[in-house]
Amino acid sequence: MLMDTSDETLASAAAGGDRDAFASLLGRHYDRVFGLAYRLTGSRAEAQDLAQDICAALPAKLRGWRGDARLTTWLYRVVVNAAHDLRRRQATRSRVSAGWGDWEIARQDQIAEDRAAMGWLTEAMTRLSPELRDTVALVLGEDMTQADVGVVLGVSEGTIAWRMSEVKKRLRAIAAEEAL
Amino acid sequence: MTDELDALKAALRAGPAPDATAKVDAIALAMKNFDSEQNARQGSADATRPSQDRPDEAGVLTGVWNMLKGFTGKQALAVTTSVAALCVALVVVDQSGPGPVVVPKTVVDAVPSTGGTVAPAPEPEATIAPAPRADATTPQAPDAGGVTAPVQNADATGTEAPTPSAADPAPAPGPLAKAPAEPAKPDVAEVAPARDQATETPMGGAKVDAEAKQKTSPTSPAQTTSNDLAAEPEADFARNEAAAPVAASPLARSRKAAPAMGIAEGYADAVLSEAPILDDTYTPPADNTEAFANAPTNPVKVTAEEPVSTFSIDVDTASYAVVRNSLNSGQLPPPEAVRIEEMVNYFPYSYAAPKADDAPFKASVTVMQTPWNAGTELVHIGLQGELPAIDDRPPLNLVFLIDTSGSMNEPSKLPLLKQSLSLLLAQLRPEDEVAIVAYAGSAGQVLKPTKAADKAAILGALDRLDAGGSTAGAEGLALAYRVAEKMGGEGQVSRILLATDGDFNVGIDDPEGLTAYIAKKRETGVYLSVLGFGRGNLDDATMQALAQNGNGTAAYIDTLQEARKTLVDQLTGALFPIANDVKIQVEWNPATVAEYRLIGYETRALRREDFNNDRVDAGEIGAGHTVTAIYEVTPVGSPALKNDPLRYGASAPAVEDQAASGQAGVGELGFLRLRYKEPGQDTSKLIESPIVEGDTKPGDDVRFGVAMAGFGQLLTGATYLGDWGWDQAIDLAVGARGDDPYGYRVEAVNLMRLAKSLAK
Repeated sequence: MLMDTSDETLASAAAGGDRDAFASLLGRHYDRVFGLAYRLTGSRAEAQDLAQDICAALPAKLRGWRGDARLTTWLYRVVVNAAHDLRRRQATRSRVSAGWGDWEIARQDQIAEDRAAMGWLTEAMTRLSPELRDTVALVLGEDMTQADVGVVLGVSEGTIAWRMSEVKKRLRAIAAEEAL
Repeated sequence: MTDELDALKAALRAGPAPDATAKVDAIALAMKNFDSEQNARQGSADATRPSQDRPDEAGVLTGVWNMLKGFTGKQALAVTTSVAALCVALVVVDQSGPGPVVVPKTVVDAVPSTGGTVAPAPEPEATIAPAPRADATTPQAPDAGGVTAPVQNADATGTEAPTPSAADPAPAPGPLAKAPAEPAKPDVAEVAPARDQATETPMGGAKVDAEAKQKTSPTSPAQTTSNDLAAEPEADFARNEAAAPVAASPLARSRKAAPAMGIAEGYADAVLSEAPILDDTYTPPADNTEAFANAPTNPVKVTAEEPVSTFSIDVDTASYAVVRNSLNSGQLPPPEAVRIEEMVNYFPYSYAAPKADDAPFKASVTVMQTPWNAGTELVHIGLQGELPAIDDRPPLNLVFLIDTSGSMNEPSKLPLLKQSLSLLLAQLRPEDEVAIVAYAGSAGQVLKPTKAADKAAILGALDRLDAGGSTAGAEGLALAYRVAEKMGGEGQVSRILLATDGDFNVGIDDPEGLTAYIAKKRETGVYLSVLGFGRGNLDDATMQALAQNGNGTAAYIDTLQEARKTLVDQLTGALFPIANDVKIQVEWNPATVAEYRLIGYETRALRREDFNNDRVDAGEIGAGHTVTAIYEVTPVGSPALKNDPLRYGASAPAVEDQAASGQAGVGELGFLRLRYKEPGQDTSKLIESPIVEGDTKPGDDVRFGVAMAGFGQLLTGATYLGDWGWDQAIDLAVGARGDDPYGYRVEAVNLMRLAKSLAK
């Protein structure tokens, strides 16, 4: 029965306290959350942590579910915001830990490792600004329309279109560098 | 789509699959949270965080449009413009004159409250405080607004005191000169009061006046800096000074015991620099000179030289519990852990209660023969706090500030703490409110203010607390104060219960800043009590300092029994203050008392002049509390005199001389003065009564208290006890057990027996 119900109905039921509905909602969307988290963070471990954080906070977040958007859109927004929070925390941490030599070295090693593993993708993604990365992850990674992405990121469709053209420019620049 | 984008898309799509176990874990966690969310949903829910970062109406044009919408019309614009023009004109005229500028009388009229109470600060980040009377629509507004003297962030009393009296006729031209640069004054006036510091309500007039007088407005910008810089440290210094003798010796001692957490260090340093002769051994001073005023144990004092003894009451019980914990683990407690007054005050006594319309507490004085010295007498002062009808007690707002750092992960710490607090919970009324703030790895508000009726939610939140993680000192204490201030309502009592094992890494890094912060927060009327748990890194000195500064009590909880005593049997006393800043001053009559010695209260000594200074903090009495102070006095002519009379000093007057000269109080031993403040008041009240030698036989309560004082002295060196030893102390305590419904006194006797065996 639950498998046929729409996401939005399930979410409303879950927000109303329906345990089964919530469980089934989680089952449907965990992979999606993880996938986007991965595309936003570029690290599997971080994506896993982020997905767990989001799951943990989801019951409380559902209280804010008003049923006025598609659930996936709403969920993407949750993920994007969580990723932004994570970035902000990391920024703070790396500033705070300026004196922690070992810790920073270990972190840099980890980053280097990740980069080696993911190669070109990571290389390309890290060259993009956070806004562009978000946009790319949603437009290309999740195959959403630019209008939907605009809703998730809280900017206009035109902004998304502009960002995508900007991405194209950067990618061409990278390609040109590689060709040299 | 271009090739680059396609390549990027393919790469993005080829991301790794999620880990199966992580998925299961995450879903399990989500379900658990879902359940607790459902359970916790009885109360009103907090608004969720907006689910997007950008405001809905973002965009440059939207902002401009909103701003334009705010403009009301030509008339308003005309008014504001002319007002701004007036300001400019005023400044231009003023600056044409030589020397320091005196603001014309008309402006002064609009200004007084600002000029009088607000200290300008040199820091650019200082907040802006408007004159409270500033009215955005009248033409006067810019005058008042123009003098938006920046307020010193921390201690400045801001707009609190609307006393126009303190306004000097020469307020700041500096800020005035800035007026043209800040045209939107009415707006500032509207906005500024919302700021925290600016709106902090004072406890009352006296203190504010005092501060206001200190902070007179400068007459020129050049003076601003020096004036203000001077005023601030001075105020702080005064506070420290007052505290210094209080904290002096024992904290200086405990510095050795707990060097890591040096809240006391500021005090200790001050003392050390004054009295470099401080000694770590506990041999009392051989003679009685000023240099030893800060000596560890209160020395015998000569009445003729120093007839007045002043101290603050102390209702903490932590020391006794620490002593018991040490003895039960087979060791004599370190002498610096013993505070005799806390050992005496640990036990409930029933002294004569105050009458209904009297002061909230009553002092009973008993004079008795000293058990350990035939030549001296004990003057036993017992204060009994009234026990207000418990049925109509005010609603209580409790914030549990709980240390959940890794070190709390021991059976005698976090688990005991949880049990203790659930005991306390059973005592609360449905309308009381509880909030929980945890600090450590999982910092933050664990439970929003919840009515005690919702026990399940509170217990659930307590249960979920886990010790662990780094001590990422979140601003636990600051958060707790914020929560407590929010919870406070008219006539309600707000109290923070800080439960910790001594790890006071609560967000404010430097220890002195912490005490100063608490001392400042004390003004908000929120009480701070400290519950200590576990041994190991228990930082008794810090606990004492925090509780003393936060108008609270420090208790040490080593067993569930102790938790029951502190949080159940004596809950009303622990949570409902009936008198604040209670100070005791005794003036001894040199004609009858040659020497005296206060037993205990070393950490609470006050300077003589501080007795009448309402700004000096002292201890609180809770509902139904008893406080005991014991003096050992040596009558004139007794063979037990320690000090020889001075050859050149003035001799003490004889009783006959006093009678002959018609002096008051002939034959009295001394004169007892008590000062206290009603809760929420700023002005103290005075109680006075003479101390006379009566023929009342000391009751069980008095004798037991004396036995505990003897116990404490035996543990700290027994300097004045002569041959009087453990056996005599035990006999005295056994004979004075009295009613003892909870068995506290029996327990004490057993501890004395244990100590006797260990001391051999």
